[in-house]
Amino acid sequence: MSFSVTEASSRQKWFAGILVVGYALITMLPLFWIIATGFKSSPDAIAYPPKIVFEPTVEGYVNLFTTQTRLSSDAAVSAPQDLPWYENLVRKKGMTIVGPSRFSERFFNSVIIGFGSTFFAIVLGTAAAYAFSRFKVPLKDDLLFFILSTRMMPPIAVAIPIFLMFRYLGLNDTHAGMILLYTAVNLSLSVWLINGFIDEIPIEYEEAALIDGYTRFQAFYKVVLPQAATGIASTAIFCLIFAWNEYAFAVLLTSGTAQTAPPFIPTIIGVGGQDWPAVAAGATLFLLPVMVFTILLRKHLLRGITFGAVRK
Amino acid sequence: MAQIRIENVRKEFGAFVAVRSSTFTIEDGEFFMLLGPSGCGKTTTLRMMAGLELPTSGQIYIDGEEVGMKPASQRDIAFVFQMFALYPHMNVGRNMSYPLLSQGMSKSDAQKKVIEVARILGIEDILNKPVGGLSGGDRQRVALGRAIVREPKAFFMDEPLGALDAEFREHMAEELRALHDRMGATTVYVTHDQLEALQMGDKIVVMNHGVVEQFGKPQDIYDWPATKFVAGFIGSPAMNFLDFEGMIGSGANSVDLSGHKVTVPRTRQGAKGKLTLGVRPEHIHFNDKSEYRGSVIATEYLGTTQIVTLKTPNGEVKARVPSHVSVTRDERIGLEFDARTLSVFEADKGHVLVSEANEGVLNHG
Repeated sequence: MSFSVTEASSRQKWFAGILVVGYALITMLPLFWIIATGFKSSPDAIAYPPKIVFEPTVEGYVNLFTTQTRLSSDAAVSAPQDLPWYENLVRKKGMTIVGPSRFSERFFNSVIIGFGSTFFAIVLGTAAAYAFSRFKVPLKDDLLFFILSTRMMPPIAVAIPIFLMFRYLGLNDTHAGMILLYTAVNLSLSVWLINGFIDEIPIEYEEAALIDGYTRFQAFYKVVLPQAATGIASTAIFCLIFAWNEYAFAVLLTSGTAQTAPPFIPTIIGVGGQDWPAVAAGATLFLLPVMVFTILLRKHLLRGITFGAVRK
Repeated sequence: MAQIRIENVRKEFGAFVAVRSSTFTIEDGEFFMLLGPSGCGKTTTLRMMAGLELPTSGQIYIDGEEVGMKPASQRDIAFVFQMFALYPHMNVGRNMSYPLLSQGMSKSDAQKKVIEVARILGIEDILNKPVGGLSGGDRQRVALGRAIVREPKAFFMDEPLGALDAEFREHMAEELRALHDRMGATTVYVTHDQLEALQMGDKIVVMNHGVVEQFGKPQDIYDWPATKFVAGFIGSPAMNFLDFEGMIGSGANSVDLSGHKVTVPRTRQGAKGKLTLGVRPEHIHFNDKSEYRGSVIATEYLGTTQIVTLKTPNGEVKARVPSHVSVTRDERIGLEFDARTLSVFEADKGHVLVSEANEGVLNHG
């Protein structure tokens, strides 16, 4: 029988397979639970023992997007017959819809602040990383270390000074303030990651472009950027995930106009009893953009995590 | 098509001096070799000509125009990199048309030109392929194509054959030389391989530690090295150095080598102290009548010739003799040196003493 040092035996493969599937089940279970809860009715959501098989309903989603009030008994009698489906759904509980909730607004805030801060972190990070990688920057190593050191403590450790600064500058509860904050926090990550990617691109490509009659900026734009694109994309995902999921600063610094989805979703609990299906529905919708992005770019993401590990 | 002139060019990187005051001229249409060991400043010199490095001081003239401080994009030259540096995100055709598009040439004109050049290089069939999957030779041809397509004033090549397999190098070297002869464009070629330099170059500059050691035609440099470094760097095996103490007067035509008189070309310059007699392996002949003897240490068979290593009173020497001459280990053999071909160096300074044989070569450079 042939024997290989590097290839796993079939028993090892089985073991590895079971391990991976088991780990996947454990990590994905909460996710499935949240998605399932979003489609349960309120009693099903808190039933004990928990219901795995249930009758799906979009009640949670309707509750998420609307504000409701109790229907007076005489209004219930005089109700017209051609009500939309969501009004009927609500009426079964003796409630009526009085208007849209703030969820879509908050979700939209998350999109603006998340993508906005990612955009700035990537643009500034790429520019800085290119300079660090290609030019003689005085005190280069010290500067890079300083940039990295801003990541060494949890950002929330500076929450109080930031809160005071924001109040003084009038940035509290503004989109600009949140974009600025998340950009600043993400910048160290983007400078370091992109610096690594640009370092891997041989400088000869740019020199070839310079000789071919292009300016330094054209060489950067047309030759370096396309090659760093996958690295930049994976960095962008990391930045987006941070800004998208950030809770602590959002709670502290936003309350109205610029409030993002993370601090908003828990507030649903308080409105008209503990509406777990609505919370779960909000969490599910909130997950979607990042999930879709990550799945689309998962190959680059993996490269981003392991970058520099193997010299090609 | 242009003459390139380098005057007192110097380059420092911080405290390190990469190139010290280089001066030489590359004539229009020449295939010019910059030769030297790694770290000698040959690539830095080339990069300064190309505009990828700026000289610390000195002037660089291309076609009569001083370009020392001009960016590469304005010098109208082409550069072939050792690793080719083909743009990985473009296919072969786009790689080759890239320098044309920067000049504002229309896409259809650029395409016509690319096809024309591709035909010369025999790569028309791969124009639509990505550069990633190409063989070393094809990459080399595409890199050349990208250089040729714009018809620049000069081609600069930084060890372009360095990344190729040994068997393919020779073929590519011939192709390159043939291409140069066809186009007639000034070409500056950096290499550390002395055989490549001798084989392809019209002229050679030998550099060491940032200094131009010698500059001239391959045969002149091979026959009449200006310094011990050049003598030792060029030729395989290298020139033999026989060290001795003594003196040689101006106008003398012999030296005293451990009590034996050896005839040398008549000197124009005298010296005394530590001296070195330089003799190429093929200029050592076996002659039993000679009293200057060496004992055989080793032999290497090379087909038509063999290299015999002998121990002499003045150190080891290697002699290139025909293969049919039979020698045995420890045999003592009389040695004779071809008097017209010898060089005498000042051992410590490394300079050759001017003689009637080498003055012509030394004075022009």
